[in-house]
Amino acid sequence: MNNIFKISYRNLKRNNRRTLLTTSLITLGVVFVLVYTALAGSFKNYMISQITDTAMGHLQIHKKGYVASVENLPLDKNLNEKAIKFIEEQLQESKYVESYSFRIKFGAMFSNFAETTNIRLNAIAPKSEFTVLPSLKDRFQDFTRFEKGSIIVPEILAKGMKVKKDDTVVLVANNKSGSVNGINLKVAGIVETISGPGGRDGYIHIEDAKKILRIKDVEVSEIVVRLKDNSMLEKAMTELSPITQKLNKKGKPAFELHSWKKLSPFYNIVKMLDVMNMAIKVILISIVLISILNVMIMSVYERVKEIGTIAAMGTPPSTIIKLFLAEGLMLGILGAILGSAVSFGIIQMIDLMEITYSFGRESDLLLEPILQLKDVVLIDIIVILISLIASISPAIKASRLDPVEALRTN
Amino acid sequence: MIEAKHLQKVYKVGELDLTVIKDLSLEIKQGEFISIIGPSGSGKSTLLNMLGCLDTPTSGELQIDSNQINSLNKTKLAQFRGDNIGFIFQSFNLIPVLSVYENIEYPLIMIQNLSDKERRKRVLKLLKEVEMLDQKDKTPDKISGGQMQRVAIARALVTNPKIVFADEPTANLDSKTAHKIIELMKKIQKEHGTTFVFATHDEKIVANVDRLITLIDGEIVEDKRTHDE
Repeated sequence: MNNIFKISYRNLKRNNRRTLLTTSLITLGVVFVLVYTALAGSFKNYMISQITDTAMGHLQIHKKGYVASVENLPLDKNLNEKAIKFIEEQLQESKYVESYSFRIKFGAMFSNFAETTNIRLNAIAPKSEFTVLPSLKDRFQDFTRFEKGSIIVPEILAKGMKVKKDDTVVLVANNKSGSVNGINLKVAGIVETISGPGGRDGYIHIEDAKKILRIKDVEVSEIVVRLKDNSMLEKAMTELSPITQKLNKKGKPAFELHSWKKLSPFYNIVKMLDVMNMAIKVILISIVLISILNVMIMSVYERVKEIGTIAAMGTPPSTIIKLFLAEGLMLGILGAILGSAVSFGIIQMIDLMEITYSFGRESDLLLEPILQLKDVVLIDIIVILISLIASISPAIKASRLDPVEALRTN
Repeated sequence: MIEAKHLQKVYKVGELDLTVIKDLSLEIKQGEFISIIGPSGSGKSTLLNMLGCLDTPTSGELQIDSNQINSLNKTKLAQFRGDNIGFIFQSFNLIPVLSVYENIEYPLIMIQNLSDKERRKRVLKLLKEVEMLDQKDKTPDKISGGQMQRVAIARALVTNPKIVFADEPTANLDSKTAHKIIELMKKIQKEHGTTFVFATHDEKIVANVDRLITLIDGEIVEDKRTHDE
């Protein structure tokens, strides 16, 4: 086999310029795909962490029908003590769940004593919420401590109502039975707006929510779950399926379990990035396929007499096939190695340049492309496999040449 | 050694059948130095290709060393050629990317799969025999036509073939070099007992062969011994 590679290598070297051009084309394709994958991966990771680490968690559990009417923030679709107990048991048994927290979500009137407006609120138990959403605190500005009697006001609302830290504001809300109650709260910070559901919500302590909504028993709107590993999302959903299988008194499902993918419209952008990534890979495959096919066909036509000679000497057709496959394979390997190395260099350069970009209302986001080993291995395997596949037809053609005809060629 | 019975080769040219070899029967013995002569289009190369197992007859039987060639498939034919037959071509047909040494070594690696030691022994012996030892590291583009043909002869002999077929082996060489090449082949035939079959117009080869077969229009019109055995 070594000798086959040795001869194939020499054959590639006999037309240095063509080999260089073909390898450059493959290298360029690999660079294009790997740099794009790294950049798209950086943006995708940012999007996912924005969604899961600062607002939604990985999974959310609600009473059946809550998500359909989430825009109204219904209080009559809260989970009661018995339901919470059942769900907690499942979560505590799961090997995928890292932590979970309870929320009461509701709408209220927000007043600074001069003006009044509407506000959507997440009532949270700060300790467990910060465990489930580790980056939530990063969204809080001018923030020191979150305790009972305080409110974190959404950025837009704070600007519009000219509310700042330590101001006192009033919240007025209807409870489940329709009666109105109000409470004075101190502004403990401003929460930065992010894109997506819940991105413009304010935060208060869950005990304050119970007070204003006059909730005496244990009652929450949703349970937010953080997994140990986001890539285990589907497995965790399957493991937690007893929650969705639990029936209510009417014999219908009592709860609903949703992943961030289902709840966030931004998952479509993630999916679009994946589709684009796939399209880029298809383009790469086409580049490799066409260039190798082209160069190998030319190679066969240029060496007809030589193929006739080695066939006449008694070289078996299988050896002739191997000679040409080895040439294609070496072109693919060379292109893949060079492409990976150049991509690594470009990505290091982008990292050093600390390029920033804006997305929606967010600016100065740092572009942090990461070249993952699995992406490099996958792309390299694709390139090498396609190189081999593209060489099959010319190699078979070479092996089937009639030695007599081939020897007659000039 | 070679026994051809009623060989016929017909080519289809458009709607016409062109018979190039007509009911030809021939016997060649081990160690003969034979030349097939005849005008252009007489069927010399076609006959040489069939006897060399590169081409198959349309009808008739070909037997080499008790092997029925007609019944072998493409792979078996290649194997048979690799083990038993050597070829020398008019335009040398050396592999341009390999050195002189590697060109001679090629059939031993790709066809006979011999050990490094055995390969080296055989190649060096032949390089010495064809007086190309000092040129062994050069590529074909760095040596003369005569030297290329010496290398081609060494390559044809390296597998220890029983028969060597040479199609116009001196056509691209000057008279002096051609003479040396013929001398070399004659010497090898005598020393190794290798059968040489030429298809040629070259008078210098004709003058040196033991047997002369004249072919006209695909038929043997004369088959004579030129030297006493």
